[in-house]
Amino acid sequence: MSLAPYVPILGLFALAAGFALFSVAAAPFVGPRRFNKAKLDAYECGIEPTPQPVGGGRFPVKFYLTAMLFIVFDIEIIFLYPWAVNFGMLGVFGFVEMVLFIVTVFVAFAYVWRRGGLDWD
Amino acid sequence: MTAADVLLAALGAVALGAGLLVVTTRHVVRAGLWLVVTLGAVAGLYLVLSAELLAWVQVLLYVGAVVVLLLFAVMLTRAPIGASDDLDRVRWPGALIGAGAGAGLVALFADAFHWSRVGLPAPGTAEAIGGAVFRTWVLPFELVSVLLLAALVGAIVVSRPDISAGPRSDSRPDPRGR
Repeated sequence: MSLAPYVPILGLFALAAGFALFSVAAAPFVGPRRFNKAKLDAYECGIEPTPQPVGGGRFPVKFYLTAMLFIVFDIEIIFLYPWAVNFGMLGVFGFVEMVLFIVTVFVAFAYVWRRGGLDWD
Repeated sequence: MTAADVLLAALGAVALGAGLLVVTTRHVVRAGLWLVVTLGAVAGLYLVLSAELLAWVQVLLYVGAVVVLLLFAVMLTRAPIGASDDLDRVRWPGALIGAGAGAGLVALFADAFHWSRVGLPAPGTAEAIGGAVFRTWVLPFELVSVLLLAALVGAIVVSRPDISAGPRSDSRPDPRGR
């Protein structure tokens, strides 16, 4: 395989990195410095910052289940891509294969759902 | 030396250096972030070795999902933000196992290829891999779905005993008991 198609992507990476470095390096020189309390606060996606459990505190285990769900369906989606590329060649056989695969993974999803694993509180 | 050789050497150096930082840093979270660099460099290696689909699977699954799970696991256990002194226990067994595995792999490859130059195989495009998986390796592919099912059910059973045992969630008496 020739790596030629990746040269533009590499150029884009370099451009993005250059922009990030330039912005961070230039900001102290060109930006006005008028601080107030809101500006100096920790940034939490725009909501009011709340004290975090630093050291000793734990996060709810629900996050772990969400991450596991994400990984499992991420893997499933990955398999869809080479399947879709070959869909014409594989015909009905390939379709049945993929239906079996998706149904099996969705059994797990149904289990999580019916057990209440998707309820947040 | 071709351009591919230079790229392989550079990416290998990045992967190796970042891998060293993963095991030597005292910050658990930084170890996870250095792992991103390591896995990304390995994805680059795959790309140079013409395994195109594998490279992007590496980026999506390992850099994207596995590291997220790792960081979540760190958050769930102790949330140690900052340096921890007890990350390293006894160093030599780990060093022995790592060096042994590395030396074994090197010996295996040296023995298998005798330092001869091996040409690149056919590119690992989505068409090629899809054709192999969905025509030749049908049963392993379907078994993967069972593995995923087991992984998810196992994750629920291990992490949420409150909902995986006993009656369904509808009839749970106290939702605050989680």
